[in-house]
Amino acid sequence: MEFEILGNKDTRSGFGEGLAELGRTNQNVVALCADLTGSLKMDEFKKENPERFFQVGIAEANMMGMAAGMTIGGKIPFTGTFANFSTGRVYDQIRQSISYSQKNVKIAASHAGLTLGEDGATHQILEDIGMMRMLPNMTVIVPADFNQTKQATIASAAHNGPVYLRFGRPVMPIFVKPDAEFIIGKADVLTEGTDVTIIACGHMVWKSIEAFKILTEKGISVELINMHTIKPLDVDAILKSVKKTRCVVTAEEHMRNGGLGDAVAQVLAQNDPLPQEFVAVNDKFGESGTPMELMTKYGIDTADVIAAVEKVLARKK
Amino acid sequence: MDNKDLQKTASQVRRDIVRMVAAVSSGHPGGSLGCTDFLTYLYFEGMKHNPKNFLMDAKNEDVFFLSNGHISPVLYSVLAHVGYFPVSELSTFRKLNSRLQGHPSTDKKLPGIRMASGSLGQGLSVAIGAAITKKLNADDSIVFSLHGDGELQEGQIWEAAMYAAANKVDNLIATIDYNGRQIDGDLEDVLSLGNLEAKWQAFGWDVLSMNGHDFDSIRDTMQTAKSKLGNGKPIVIIMKTEMGQGVDYMMGTHKWHGSAPNTQQLESALNQLEETLGDY
Repeated sequence: MEFEILGNKDTRSGFGEGLAELGRTNQNVVALCADLTGSLKMDEFKKENPERFFQVGIAEANMMGMAAGMTIGGKIPFTGTFANFSTGRVYDQIRQSISYSQKNVKIAASHAGLTLGEDGATHQILEDIGMMRMLPNMTVIVPADFNQTKQATIASAAHNGPVYLRFGRPVMPIFVKPDAEFIIGKADVLTEGTDVTIIACGHMVWKSIEAFKILTEKGISVELINMHTIKPLDVDAILKSVKKTRCVVTAEEHMRNGGLGDAVAQVLAQNDPLPQEFVAVNDKFGESGTPMELMTKYGIDTADVIAAVEKVLARKK
Repeated sequence: MDNKDLQKTASQVRRDIVRMVAAVSSGHPGGSLGCTDFLTYLYFEGMKHNPKNFLMDAKNEDVFFLSNGHISPVLYSVLAHVGYFPVSELSTFRKLNSRLQGHPSTDKKLPGIRMASGSLGQGLSVAIGAAITKKLNADDSIVFSLHGDGELQEGQIWEAAMYAAANKVDNLIATIDYNGRQIDGDLEDVLSLGNLEAKWQAFGWDVLSMNGHDFDSIRDTMQTAKSKLGNGKPIVIIMKTEMGQGVDYMMGTHKWHGSAPNTQQLESALNQLEETLGDY
């Protein structure tokens, strides 16, 4: 299968476009931001809907509580800040006022993972998927590219309940069609194959596409799944795929503990125990550097996906 | 409602509180007894609300958020007596499968509860959010909230206080239960709030004060607060109360913040509180 590159953009801009479109189509959508309007690409929504945009300043805890309160009376609030300040900093506020209270808040989290780059480990959260998927009632979405982030933003507003929407900073290739259907909880099977299943999310989907091309040249038949929704996980897609391939590689820009790989391992352990390799950051904080340098150093690059595939194939009986 | 009827109701609520916590040997009677008069006034006279038809969205009705969720016994008793759910359900407080969780939650769909609380400091932000939505919906009803004084040690309260003043959230009346005590002791010894009135004023709020055990003071102050709505400033009432009010051995100490009376102590408490509306 050929992957046509439709352009190059950052996923956060996909969020910005999706939010702007929601501003025009749904009067109940409101947005809150903690002093990062430009970074989150919320300017267009703000310009077009000043009465529905709320600048809360550098006060993320208050932002989460306000968003929870705004749902009472029918508003659909999107909170905007970096993933680090969208999760770890405000975990208890999300837990009590949003998740436990079942409030219809959408947590838009940008600059997730290592690819935030030069700011370093204080800002490079790699634990957020784990924290969010542990919360009952929470839906966790990690879209793969610009188009999919826009689609996921729009789908989040239509979903009734708390959503964690994770995206990033770097410019990456766009490969999801602009008119593709996005269904929360329904994985995209990008290539069908019989030797190995690669399950990836976020920026690692593109890295896995690159790996797929090289592996195909080597004669390895890869089934590549874009698991854009981590919770609820598309268990059927996983089990259907491994029935053919009998081994799995997971790839994510996240800590190995708690992320997509853990979620997939649970499914396999309970249903069809099979060899699995994990492409993820292994129990380390990041550091300053360019996004691509960091992906290489911390073992989440194309070469790491290929190495993991070769390893899991060797383990396969 | 006249003061005599409010007092009658408050006496029964206080009996409910001590019986509820004694029945499960856990819960928070001190602050509950201290806020009984205020919540009785609010739900039986001060608020425009629909106990018989509870809707989460609260459109065109006043809403109340209990930020200091540990005083759930008083809220549950008041909600039951005003008609949100059967008074008999108070007997399930803190028991397995009850809608009356140790701290209020929406999880079990208890009518009258719109937000979980318990982890402190979150309710003012929630109240501000609900107040903003009322403005967006052109709904001129009021948002009320209650906070413990110890709870003001949480930083989020001051984030919220700053936001509400800077953004003129003037359809909100927050009340502070200023009893001067918290779990570990007197508030002054644990962490002083300094000049509380000056702090709220410095944050840009309109500050009122009242005696939380005098229905005339509560009524007059609440009416003054309502007359100030829409003036561009959020309103806070510093309400002086006594933790454990109505039960002699629970007053003048922090010791009954989170402890339940035993059988003998319960009997002594009930002897001091008239059964006016019938025990659950």
